[in-house]
Amino acid sequence: MSGAEFVPLSLTPILIGIFAAIACALPGNFLVLRRQALIGDAISHVVLPGIVVAFLLTGAVTAWPMMLGAAGAALISVVLIEAIRRLGRIETGAAMGVVFTAMFAAGVLLLERSDTSSVHLDVEHALMGNLESLIWLEATGWRSLLDPQALAGLPPELPRLALVLALVIAFTWVFWRPLKISTFDEGFAQVLGMRTDLLGIALVMIAAIAAVAAFDAVGSIIVIAMFICPPAAARLMTDDLARQVGWSVVFATLSAILGYVFAGYGPLWLGGSDSVSAAGMIATVSGLILALAALFGPRRRGMMA
Amino acid sequence: MTALNLATQNGLRPEAAEIATSPLAIRGLTVSYGEKPAIFSVDMTIRPGSMTAIIGPNGAGKSTLLKAALGIIRPLSGQTTVFGRPLDTQRARIAYVPQRASVDWDFPTTVLDVVLMGLYRELGLLRLVRSSHRKTAIDALQRVGMADFADRQIGQLSGGQQQRVFLARALAQGADLYLLDEPFAGVDAATEKAIIAVLKSLKAVGKTVVAVHHDLATVEQYFDHAFLINVRPVAEGTVAEAFTAESLQAAYGGRLATAQIDRLSQAG
Repeated sequence: MSGAEFVPLSLTPILIGIFAAIACALPGNFLVLRRQALIGDAISHVVLPGIVVAFLLTGAVTAWPMMLGAAGAALISVVLIEAIRRLGRIETGAAMGVVFTAMFAAGVLLLERSDTSSVHLDVEHALMGNLESLIWLEATGWRSLLDPQALAGLPPELPRLALVLALVIAFTWVFWRPLKISTFDEGFAQVLGMRTDLLGIALVMIAAIAAVAAFDAVGSIIVIAMFICPPAAARLMTDDLARQVGWSVVFATLSAILGYVFAGYGPLWLGGSDSVSAAGMIATVSGLILALAALFGPRRRGMMA
Repeated sequence: MTALNLATQNGLRPEAAEIATSPLAIRGLTVSYGEKPAIFSVDMTIRPGSMTAIIGPNGAGKSTLLKAALGIIRPLSGQTTVFGRPLDTQRARIAYVPQRASVDWDFPTTVLDVVLMGLYRELGLLRLVRSSHRKTAIDALQRVGMADFADRQIGQLSGGQQQRVFLARALAQGADLYLLDEPFAGVDAATEKAIIAVLKSLKAVGKTVVAVHHDLATVEQYFDHAFLINVRPVAEGTVAEAFTAESLQAAYGGRLATAQIDRLSQAG
């Protein structure tokens, strides 16, 4: 494929896929080790009604109102979970399950009942995102990367996700030690004087920001998969946290690239004529990588011991 | 006791003077996990340079007492002072060793890395680990006989080895007050001997050691002070003062056969 074809049609969706995958996989490492992996899943369900309400209020699919709506929905769900847990006297896991499902269902109903036909916001979009449509029509080839006029036409999801990824990387780098110590031994971390409660909230917030930004571009399926699959596969490759995080970035990137390519060309190779959803394929590839790591990863015995 | 005398001469009441010199003084500490209190109105004054065993039946609130004193659990009421000052100003002087079973030993990290966690207050967020830090950690591992295991993944260790690594992390902190939650739970005899030797060496250089302890048979052999608790405080003082048949009966009630108590108090 030449640059003239690749850059406008495939470069931006692949980059967006990679950025989204890494932004979710990085906090996913700590969430998986803290046995909070489903929080990523939860966030991507909970935010849907918030995003729909933001759309209904503003009448357009714009980033910041949607982010605010998503944050609002996340806040409401945290309050609801706490209320149900206390008033209903049921365990946290059950309370979370109830709230997430209810919030997502409310989002789907809102979507159905409101007129979103003019924009790209529907149930399918919420699940799969719309990676293939994030193309860069202003580009004519590799040289466009240096052309300010062409760069202005980049899909806005790309710089937004790049920013979010930079934030996630900065957070992981600066708070590496507290994250590591408090994930391993929270009581010890507290006696050292660490505010492990605030750190835990910050981690979930970073995960939420990554989830919402990724959700907009690639849908909830990818978000759920990227929080869990690359970190879980990476854990099976090494017994060192820094290396684990490194492996998770490699696996996230690999999933995004292979998933995009398989989605576009896989059916053709198999004799079909259509392509399949890139987001769905990226999630599938990440699941396959996890399966391979579980079968052949050098540290898989340590997990069972 | 010179510090105490000094404080008394400076016009402090004996009680206030005691708190001012105590490495860990707790007043009126109450913790509740539901409607029933886990510990109720506990006063405890640890003597400087002592080795104190916290003793009581299962569910008596021994671990809760430590955790609440250190702010890990939020108490309903009560105050803690460390060396006469608020806890937050004295954190660098405290080393806490949680129960071994409270962490996931499958965590992807090495023995040396765990011990380096003890240097967090010095390293902070971003300072690089230098060879001097590594040396401190290796020295600590040497004191518990685990230097050869520095590069091992922690999940590959036996229970006793894991407990030694936890103790090494506390040693690396270079603290003045050591608080250990059941350091002998599920460890082999050799590890128990090694740990008690290290704790006694800490006491020998004037450090204070407090440990939640389970095995009544070794209290007199290992510790010089005892604190008995069963939700409410039962007895406090030197082992001879506090570890008596009456206070054991009061703390354990019917759970400990009278014959057992007789045997224990006669042994002392």
